Order: sequence, then structure tokens, then C-alpha cells
Amino acid sequence: MTCFWFRSVLEKQLISMWKKIRVLLLEFAKIHRFLMRFFREVVSPPFEFKEFIRQCYEIGWKSFPLISLTGFIVGFVFTKQSRPSLEEFGASSMIPALISIAIVRALAPLVTALIGSGKIGSQIGAELSSMNVTEQIDAMEVSGTNPFKFLIVSRVLATTFMIPVLTFYVAGIGLMGGYLSIISKDQLSMLSFFSQVFNTIKMVDVFAMTFRALVFGFTIGFVSTYVGYFSSKGTEGVGKAANSAVVASMFIVFIEELLIVQLLSLLT
Amino acid sequence: MEKNKPVIDPQDVVIHVDNVSKSFGDLHILRDVDLKLYNRENLVVLGRSGTGKSVLIKMISGLLMPDAGSIRVLGQEVTALSEKELQKLRLRIGFSFQNSALYDSMTVRENLEFPLVRNKRNLSRAEIDREVEDVLEGVGLSQAINQMPSELSGGQRKRIGIARTLILRPDIMLYDEPTAGLDPITCLEINNLINDVQARYNTSSIIITHDLACAKQVSDRMVMLLDGRFERQGTFHEIFDTDDARVKPFYDYNFIR
Ligand SMILES: Nc1ncnc2c1ncn2[C@@H]1O[C@H](COP(=O)(O)OP(=O)(O)OP(=O)(O)O)[C@@H](O)[C@H]1O
Ligand SMILES: [Mg+2]
Repeated sequence: MTCFWFRSVLEKQLISMWKKIRVLLLEFAKIHRFLMRFFREVVSPPFEFKEFIRQCYEIGWKSFPLISLTGFIVGFVFTKQSRPSLEEFGASSMIPALISIAIVRALAPLVTALIGSGKIGSQIGAELSSMNVTEQIDAMEVSGTNPFKFLIVSRVLATTFMIPVLTFYVAGIGLMGGYLSIISKDQLSMLSFFSQVFNTIKMVDVFAMTFRALVFGFTIGFVSTYVGYFSSKGTEGVGKAANSAVVASMFIVFIEELLIVQLLSLLT
Repeated sequence: MEKNKPVIDPQDVVIHVDNVSKSFGDLHILRDVDLKLYNRENLVVLGRSGTGKSVLIKMISGLLMPDAGSIRVLGQEVTALSEKELQKLRLRIGFSFQNSALYDSMTVRENLEFPLVRNKRNLSRAEIDREVEDVLEGVGLSQAINQMPSELSGGQRKRIGIARTLILRPDIMLYDEPTAGLDPITCLEINNLINDVQARYNTSSIIITHDLACAKQVSDRMVMLLDGRFERQGTFHEIFDTDDARVKPFYDYNFIR
């Protein structure tokens, strides 16, 4: 009797597990189709250049205030916190070298991507899903405009382009924050600070930073447009889409960071 | 308020829905549906909520694909068209959505311009402005040109939605519940607008509605979607000349019997 009971429970468990796996696999297939469609549409005319520029403005330009503040604080605080341990070894003259490596190799792309996931991801997720719910995407489609090109491709390209731009900016402003933190304690001319910085950073670091930022930018755009475009109908779908756009892009950014670090350490 | 009915040629079919079925998962919405829309005719589609009326016109405009059957619009098989061909065909079909579907990040002017600017790239600024003012006047909302959709009432949004589809001068109009949720006077205005469009632009239209006053005023012919099929069709009086318990409540409710 117990054996029979056990078997039926096991069977139910297996069935429900299989159903979950199936759902997951179907989702992957959908993501794959979305990705393939993106690459198909991105290379085929007509190109939505005007909409791309508008999105760069919406996504990039409007993020500058927030990103300036965050970049500055990160540079400032990081420098302040590293000082005591370096002083202990009598190596406080190494501070500029240390922070330039930290900022360019890790902090700038990561901070930009995380702030970007929060601000840009939620913006895109909410906007597209509310357009979906209120049938604006359908309306676009029946009036002879390809909504995938107009809405998705332009946004993904804009984030892929703007996140690197913002990353460079964050690196610059983070270094400024570091410099200000240093001169609150020591004497150091800006010229000698920056000459130390540029002596430390290698070209390959800059390339690596750009590469990371490109990957993160694409991820944020792709994830949040995907989530918004396929959001469930109904108003609660909008909130859910905004939320999962942020969570999913942050999560994937971290995973990618991990993989990229492994990859770079293999290459160099 | 009877309208002047146009002369219908039964050979001149603009939309032919032939044996179409559609399900979502286990939910069978439409079963072997047949429907013809004749040139220059206003066809009203009646049916309860959730019977698949919106699904039907979304299939006609290629937003959804049927599981089986064929849909010919202006001589073209919608289910077999390429993306490009479908886009071209859609320019000849106006779709007025159940909830207007105005682009809420754009002003009324930008909403109306959108289909024009995107599809006729050689128009000059002055020509675009003239077209926009023209259709806006046609729906009686010239003063709203610089407002945002969120600042408009439901009836105004409906009319702007209709204007936006009219700007491309479609041969076919699909109206999804044009009068739902509007006060009687606005309903009357919309009904007149629908008849006006038919007379002025020679369009053939499908009008989905629950509103029998609207149906009576605009229809040349009516069909009723019952249990996934068009079981009844005819003029307003023919449709309701029955004791069918699925049909009578429509009439009794609308005319307060
Ligand atoms: N994209 C979709 N995915 C899954 N189910 C859908 C989809 N579109 C519609 N349905 C289902 O199909 C059924 C019919 O929907 P439809 O919108 O056509 O109804 P309707 O006749 O227009 O009703 P109403 O008068 O309320 O607008 C509904 O039960 C709905 O849940
Ligand atoms: Mg409907």
C-alpha cells in the first residue's frame, strides 16, 4: 500500500517537474527567436535612425545626473576607504594607481550597468508593456510600421551604444572623486595624479572596459525590451514587467561579469 | 433615423472569411466560421463578450493567424502573405481599436501624423499638416490638435483613433466596439461618423458592437456570433425576429422590454 502511494506521489512530482522544464525550454526557444529576429531586423533596411537618436537621448542623456552622482560617490568613497590599509604599508603614494585600476577594470562598467539596469531597464520595461497592454503595439503594426524595428531594435541599439559612453563618463568622474578624496588629506597636483593614472592603465584595460560595457548595454536593452514586449496583458503586467526587467538584467549582468573576468584572465 | 443604404453587389466581395477556426490552448473560440463583407457595405457583428469578435478582426488584419481556414482580403490571402506584402495590405485596412490605442507618448497631432509620415515619405510638411487638419475636422475635434491623449475623454479618444486610421484613406474599416462606454449623445455622434465615413470615402466596414441602437443606425446587414459560429444573419429586423433565448435578451435589454 505505502509502496503504491509512494509511486503515485513520485509520478506526480515527475510530471510537474517535466511541465516546469517544458515551460523553461519553451521560454528559451522564445528568447532564441527574439534574438534571431533582432539580428535579422538590425541589418535589413529601413533603418530607424531618428528613433535611435531619440532613444539615445531618452536613455543616455537623461541618465547623466544620476550617473554623475553615483560615479563621483563611488570614486570618492572607494579612495577614502582604501587609504588606511595602504598607509599601513607606507604605500599611500600608490593610491592613484590603485583606484585607476579598480575603477577602469571593475567599478565603472559595473556601476554603470547596475544603475542602468535600474533606471533604463524599468523605464523600457514599463513603457513597452504598457504599450502592449493598451494595444499600441498592435496599432503600430496595422498602420504599416514594423514595431519590432521601431520599438525594439532602436532601444537595444541605443542602450548598446549609450552604456559604453556612460561608462567612460563614470570612469572619468569616479577618478575625479578619487582625486578630491586624496587632496582632502594630501598635496597632489591634478597633473601628477592623472599622469600616474595614465601610466597605470593599459590599453588592454580600456578595451576590456569597453567590451564589458558593450555587453552590459546590449543585455540591459535586450532583456528589458523582451520582458516588456511579451508582458502579460492587464495593468498588473506593467508593474511586473518593470520589476522583472530590472531584476533579470541585474542578475544577468553579474553572471556576465563573472564570465568575462574568467575569460580575460585566460587571455592575459 | 434610417440611413440611405448603398447598392450592394453580391459578386463584389472585399473580405471572405472561409471556414476559419481559432483556439487558444484548450479554448476553442471560433469554429468553422464563414463571413463575407461586400463592397461599400456596413456589416455589424453582434455577439456576447468573449465570443471572439476581436479575435476575428485581428485575424482579418493579420495580427493573429487562424489555425485553419482561409481569409481573403481585397483578393489577397492574408495567411499566405509575406511580412512586406502584409504591411502593404494593411495600409488599405483601417483598424479602430476597442480602447482606441492612441500612442500616449505623442500629442494628437503626432498620433495622426504617424501613419502618414511613416508610409508616405515624400509628403511635404504643409501637405501633412493639411491632411491632419482635414481628418481632425472630419471627426469634429480640430481644437484638440495639441493635446496629449491622457487629456482627452473616452469619446474623444475614440474619434481620434478613428481619425488616425482614416488618414491613410483605407478601403476597409474595422471598428471594434466604437460606442462602448460612451454616453448616448457621443454614441450618436460616433454612429453618424461611421455612416459619414462610409458615404464620404466609399469604405466597406465591419462594426463590432453590443449596442443595438448603434447596430440599427449604421448597419446594412448584421451577423450574430453564437457559440463560435455565425448562426444568424440579415437585416436588423430579420435578426431579432426569433424566440431564440440566446438572441432575444440582446434586443430586450437594449430596448428595455
Ligand atoms: N492573444 C490571446 N491569447 C490568448 N487568449 C486570447 C487572446 N486573445 C483573445 N483571447 C481569448 O479569446 C477569447 C475571445 O476574445 P475576444 O477579445 O475576441 O472577445 P470579444 O468577443 O471581443 O469580447 P468583448 O466583447 O468583451 O470584447 C477570450 O476568452 C480571450 O481570453
Ligand atoms: Mg473585443
